[in-house]
This record gives sequence, C-alpha cells and structure tokens, in this order.
Amino acid sequence: MAKYIGKRLLYMLISLWLIVTATFFFMRMAPGNPFTSEKQLPPEIEANLNAHYGLDQPWYVQYGEYLLRILKWDFGPSFKYKSQTVNDLISEGFPVSFLLGLEAIFLAVAIGVLLGIIAALKHNKWQDYTAMIVAVLGISVPSFIMASFLQYFLAIKWGIFPVARWEGFMYTVLPALALASTPMAFIARLTRSSMLEVLANDYIKTAKSKGLSSGAITVKHAIRNAMLPVVTYMGPLTASILTGSFVIERIFGLPGLGAHFVTSISNRDYTVIMGVTVFYSILLLVSILLVDIAYGIIDPRIKLAGGKKGE
Amino acid sequence: MEKILEVKDLKVSFQTYGGQVQAVRGVSFDLHKGETLAIVGESGSGKSVTSQTIMKLIPMPPGQITGGQILFNGDDIVPKSEKEMENIRGKEISMIFQDPMTSLNPTMRVGTQIMEVLIKHQNMSKQEAKKRATELLRLVGIPMPEKRVVQYPHEFSGGMRQRAMIAIALAASPKLLIADEPTTALDVTIQAQILDLMKELQNKMDTSIIFITHDLGVVANVADRVAVMYAGQIVEMGTVDEIFYDPRHPYTWGLLASMPSLENDNDAELAAIPGTPPDLTNPPKGDAFAARNQYALAIDFEEEPPMFQISETHFAKTWLLHPDAPQVNPPESVMKRIRKLSSNFEKPVLVKEGK
Repeated sequence: MAKYIGKRLLYMLISLWLIVTATFFFMRMAPGNPFTSEKQLPPEIEANLNAHYGLDQPWYVQYGEYLLRILKWDFGPSFKYKSQTVNDLISEGFPVSFLLGLEAIFLAVAIGVLLGIIAALKHNKWQDYTAMIVAVLGISVPSFIMASFLQYFLAIKWGIFPVARWEGFMYTVLPALALASTPMAFIARLTRSSMLEVLANDYIKTAKSKGLSSGAITVKHAIRNAMLPVVTYMGPLTASILTGSFVIERIFGLPGLGAHFVTSISNRDYTVIMGVTVFYSILLLVSILLVDIAYGIIDPRIKLAGGKKGE
Repeated sequence: MEKILEVKDLKVSFQTYGGQVQAVRGVSFDLHKGETLAIVGESGSGKSVTSQTIMKLIPMPPGQITGGQILFNGDDIVPKSEKEMENIRGKEISMIFQDPMTSLNPTMRVGTQIMEVLIKHQNMSKQEAKKRATELLRLVGIPMPEKRVVQYPHEFSGGMRQRAMIAIALAASPKLLIADEPTTALDVTIQAQILDLMKELQNKMDTSIIFITHDLGVVANVADRVAVMYAGQIVEMGTVDEIFYDPRHPYTWGLLASMPSLENDNDAELAAIPGTPPDLTNPPKGDAFAARNQYALAIDFEEEPPMFQISETHFAKTWLLHPDAPQVNPPESVMKRIRKLSSNFEKPVLVKEGK
C-alpha cells in the first residue's frame, strides 16, 4: 500500500509538471500581457514594470525560475492586485470555497444517493418518476437560475436565509444548495442506474433466498456494489466544487476562489493564472488518488498495483 | 413416508409487453422427507419458475401465481406475506443457483455471507456464527476453512464457490433444498464432486431436494423420482427406473434418444427433437408437444391429453395410453433400454381429465 501510494505520488509530480509547463506556454502564447489596458503605458514605464516582474528575461529563464518557486510553494506576486501575493489570494479565498464546497458535496452525495436508491427500489413507480423529474430539473436548470430562484423564494419572499454575503453558517446554505443541485441530480441518476444493475444480479437473489428483508439486502448487499460509479464521479467533482464556482460566488457575493479563475485570465495576471491552475491540479490529482484508494476499499477485487501480496 | 411438500395445480404467469406468458400451467407433484425429485426439461419449460415459486422468489409483478396451492408441511405458502416468507426462506427452504461465479456477493467475505443466515435464523452472535461458518466450510470440503472464511469470493475457484453456496444453503439445516442446475456451470470432474457432496449432506441432514437440471446423466446419479416438464406442465413423472427403463411419453422418449451413449458413437447420428417449444403467451390447443411429436394422433391437436397412471408412482400425460390409441413403439435407441417393470398396473388408468 505504501509502495503504491509512493508510486502514485511520483506520477502525480510528473502530471503536475506537465500541467505547469503546458499552462505556462499556452498563457504566454495568448496575445497581450498583464499591463495591456485601454490606457497605453509609456514604453519606459512598461519596460520598468517588465524588469520588475522579470518579464524581460528570456522565456527559459522565466520558466526555470517559476518551476523553482513552485517547488518552494511560492506562486509569486499578483500583477493586478498590488501588494498581494498569489499565496495570499489562495489562502483568503480557498477557506470560503472549501467550506462551501464541502457543504455542497455533502448535500449532493446524501440527497443524490438517497434519491437514486429510492428510485431504483421503486423502479417504474411514482417515487421513481418523481426522483427522476427532480434529477432532470437539477441537471437542466443552470446553477445561476437555481441560485436566483433560491434567493427569491427562500431569502426575499420567505426570509428564511440571508440573501447574500459571507457572515456565518446561515449564509452558506443557499449557495451550497445552488452549487449542489447539478451534481446531486447527476449522482441520483448514476446511483439509480447502477442500483438497478446491481439489483438484477444473482447474488441479490441469493440474499433474498437466505430470508433477508429487502431493507437488509439493500443496505448490506446492494449499496456497496452500486457505489463504484458514484465514487468515480466524486474525484473530479470534489476538485471542481472545492475550488469554488465563479457564478455562484458572484451571485451570493462570496469572497471565494472562483472569481480569481475567471478574472485572472482576462487580466492576463500571469502568476494568478498559474497559481490557481497549479492549486486546482493538485486538488484534482489528490482527489483522484483518494478515489482510487476508495475503489480498493469498496471492491476487494480491485487490487492496488504495487503490492503483489495475495497473488 | 412423511410428505414435506405438496404442489397442487400450480399456475404462474408473467405480464409482459407481448401479453401474459403462462410459464407454469397446472403443475402438481409431491415430495417426501429425505427424497430427491429431479425436474427435467428444456429451457423455458417452466422448471426454474416452478421451483422459484415455491420460495416465492419470482419477481411479483410481473410474475403472478394465478392458481393452485403450495403446501409446505401442510401449510399453504401462496397467500403468505413477504414478512412471513422471510422466516421460511433460508430456514425451511433454501436454494442453490446455477452460476456460482455470480451468485455470491463479490464485495462481502464468504464467511460473512454464511454468517448472515446463522444470525438471521439461528439467533447466533457474531462470534458463534463465525465459528459455525468455519465448521460449515469444513463440512462442505473446503480445506483450511479458518483462512477461507475471511476471504472474498474472487479468491475461490468455481467449484469452491459452489461449495460455499451449499454451505450457505444448508447453514440453517433447511427441510427442503432446491438446487437449480447447480452443476451446469462447472466442469465434469467438479460436477461429480459437487453431486457427491450434496448426496452426502442430504444423508447427514435428512433434507429433501428438488434438483432442477437438463442433464439426464445427472438425474440418474442423484434422483429418486423424476418429473419431466414441457411447456409449463409435467408430462411424465415416475421413479428413476420408470423414467429411464419404461418411459411412456413421446417427449421423454425424445429426451432419452437425444442422450449420447457409449454404445452408439460413430454410426448413429445423435437424435434431436425437431422444432422449438411453443409460445406460452398463446399455448396451443390440445397437446402442447403435438407439433413436434412424430407420434402425434389427430386428437392431440384437438384436446389436451389427460393424465394416465401406469404404476403407483408413474404418471404420463399422453393420449397414447388411452385404450383406443394405436400401439406405438418408441424410437429404437429407447426400445433397447426398455425393461418390464413388475410394479406396473395391468393397464394404464386414467386419473385426471385434461381440459
């Protein structure tokens, strides 16, 4: 197991290096630079700025320096937000996005799996149809419309939750719901189809022939086998939700990380683009590793390569 | 001998998009304590549905018991609720399925799958159940059961898994074991081992067995009595000797003739029954086998044959046994095996009118 994880960490470093390199060069290929704006800067000042940020160096020097800095977990200063480093931006925005993301993931998994199981157990009955209508709505209604609906009814009309801002737990509920709606619907559909497949298996009939109740069969025999597709989906979902959503954070006025993804690109804020991308990649790679480890725990047939024990 | 199971005129149908499929059309048989009854027939003849109905394992809906009774220890199972069935399944009646590769839960330890039965039906604690599960694995001939009990099904071979299935099925010492083609998915040497094991355990536990198969070789090996099913009905039933040495129904003749034997190897072509079984959404008028039957009489296409009794234990549902029917001899390969059985009545007796 330790050997396996070590090997995976090595691969992760290689993937990360590829991502950093690709982002670095694509970013430079895009026209414009951090100091392009409507007002033309005098050439001397632009030259000064370039010198200050090291942009006047040849690309291989910049690239090498950047790699060295990343190794030290230093993403450098932001070009646009003067006096703030990228590390500051991430450590300010990430806790907000992280908390919101965790809440959303919890909601999405709990409600999604529950809906999916109910739909599968009551296949082709009204419970199934209801759950699937909810799921289709969740998938097809964009999150910003969902967010506005939630704000309008739950906040403005009925006043249960605050409309926006970030001042306590109550403020997190609506954005988490809005963020969770699409993945929840997706998980519900995934769980349903995977449960239906599992329930048609012979071992479910065996369990029934032992005299187990349908509740016990579902809990002990069906759910675990039906969870693999959901766990697969959890990897990328976790990474994308934890790093925040630009749209949702905008609508609810939250100081999360999502905004930086979008604004940094239009600003050509090189260091922020790089920093946020690297950060996102690390989260993604770690969650994929966790998913793979979870596979091995859920399904004993999946042997994590590396340890040859048992063969 | 004590009767453990009595199935009376059982009718099961399934609602499908194409209409109502009458999978079982009036099946009656009984089973004594410690006896093995084999049900043979080709795919779709209703043998699996019949046996799964005894445990009410068919999905309802679309399945439906449209008539008849299943008396288990004199108690009718048909009207019982799911909750009541849970106390019968696994405890009184249990089942072994065809494919041991898919009938065990891949993500649960084999021991745990045995323990479930013990905890549910024998009120054992986890420790007791684990100890008993290990004993059961040893009983079904799995070496090193202490090690095997914590392993997962994928660490077992096919034969081992079927042994584990038998351990699950016998864990609560059921009175009736239904084995639905338990050896079909195994290779021949393993088949023989599994059959021996089942016979041995049956003697030890005094369990009755319903053995479903389409392999007549297996039937001769394990069964006391045989029921031949065709198109959802039992067409002939008797002791193993009666079915093998004095078959009366043309369908049984066909089955026996299509069995490869050591005597006719090179020259004789292996016989087959022509055609396919009828569509049970609209069962044919008269005898369901008539269209494939080279011995069919005119009346076979008009009226369903009644059941005739040839001996105390031997029944056949064919017009050929009627006093007015012409004398017909079975195919040559079957003729060779026919023996005069002393237990036969002087003349077949009509016991039940067909409808």
